Amino acid sequence: MPTRKKLLDLQFIEARHKLIELAAFLDRIDRHSGPDDERLQAMQAVLPILLEKNPGRAARILDGLSDMSEEMLESAPFQGAFGAPMNHTPRIS
Amino acid sequence: MKFIEPHGHMVSRTTDDYTKLALSGCMAVCEPAFWAGFDRATAAGFYDYFRQLTYVEPARALKFGLRHYCWLCINPKEADDPVFAREVMSLIPEFLKANNVLGIGEIGLNKNTRNELLIFEEHVQLALLHDLPILIHTPHLEDKRKGTRLMLDALANFPKLAREKVIIDHVEEHTIASVLDQGYWAGMTLYPDSKCSPNRAIDMVELYGKERIWMNSACDWGHSDPLAVPKCALEMRKREHSDEEIEKIIYHNPIHFLNQSPNFARDFPTLNPST
Repeated sequence: MPTRKKLLDLQFIEARHKLIELAAFLDRIDRHSGPDDERLQAMQAVLPILLEKNPGRAARILDGLSDMSEEMLESAPFQGAFGAPMNHTPRIS
Repeated sequence: MKFIEPHGHMVSRTTDDYTKLALSGCMAVCEPAFWAGFDRATAAGFYDYFRQLTYVEPARALKFGLRHYCWLCINPKEADDPVFAREVMSLIPEFLKANNVLGIGEIGLNKNTRNELLIFEEHVQLALLHDLPILIHTPHLEDKRKGTRLMLDALANFPKLAREKVIIDHVEEHTIASVLDQGYWAGMTLYPDSKCSPNRAIDMVELYGKERIWMNSACDWGHSDPLAVPKCALEMRKREHSDEEIEKIIYHNPIHFLNQSPNFARDFPTLNPST
C-alpha cells in the first residue's frame, strides 16, 4: 500500500480540481434564476459529510442522495434517474 | 496483462473498439442483453436482438481474436409491462441452445416497481429451470440503494438458488457490503460520470477484499469507455497492487465465476488475420 504522502502526490491535484469544480458549480447555480430543486437541496444536505472525521463518507453521501422510501409503485411513470430523489414526477425534457 | 471484459454492450461499439480491446490484452467479451437506448416496439425486435447477440456478434468479435459470450433476458427498463415482457421471455429458451449463451441477464430493476420485480422473479425462475448463472443489473443513481435491497429480499425467497452463481452488478460503496455479505458476487462498473471511478473501485477492493468481485466497463451506446478495465489495472499498479493481485481481479475472478456456465470455454482464440 502506498503511504499517505505518495497517495497525495498521486491524487491531490485531481481531488483539488474536483473540489473547485464543485464550488464553481454551486456559484454558477446561484447566479442563475429559477425554482428550487430537490437535487440541489440533496447536494447541500450531504456536503457536511465531507468534513466528518470517520471513514465511509462516500457511502454516506450515496445514502444521502438515495431514495429511502419503502413504498413501491405498480408501474414506472418515467424511465430515467436524476441523481437525487424527486418529490414530484419530473417532466422529462 | 490479460483480462476479461465481463460486461460490454458490444453491439453498440465500433470495430475500432474491438481492435483496442484486443491490443490491450482482452481475451473475451461478455455481453448482457440490455436496453438499446429506445424501447423496442415488438417482441420481434427482441427476436432480432437475440439473433444478433448469439450469432452475429460472436462472429464479429472473432475477427479480432476475441471470444464473445452473451446473457439473455428482457432488460428492466422494458420489463415494466408484464404482458410484453412475458412475450419476449417466451423467445429465450430457443436461444439458450446457442453455444455462446452464459446465462440469464442483465435482469433487475430500473424504477423499483412491482411490475419490474415480478418479471425479475420470473427471470430468476427461468435461470433455475435451466440451471444457469444470473447477472443482475442494479438501478441507477438514487434508485440503486432501494432496488438492491428489494432484489436481495426477493432472491432470499428462492431457497434453491446457488448464490455463488449470481453476480449483482454496478455496486457502489453503499451497496457492496450487503451483496457480498449475503454470498453473491459483486460487479463494479467503471463509468466516466456515474457508477464507479477506477479509484473508487480500487478503494472497494482494498476494503472488501479480492474475492467474488469483478470489474467491467459496461461500455454501450452512451458515455462509456471499453478500455476502462485495463485503465483501472494501471491505476491499481500506481497504488502498488501487485500484478498477481490485478490479474486476479480482472482475469481469474471473471473466469472463476463464468466457469459456472456450461458454455464458457477457456480456449480463447489467438489473433489470426486469416480468420
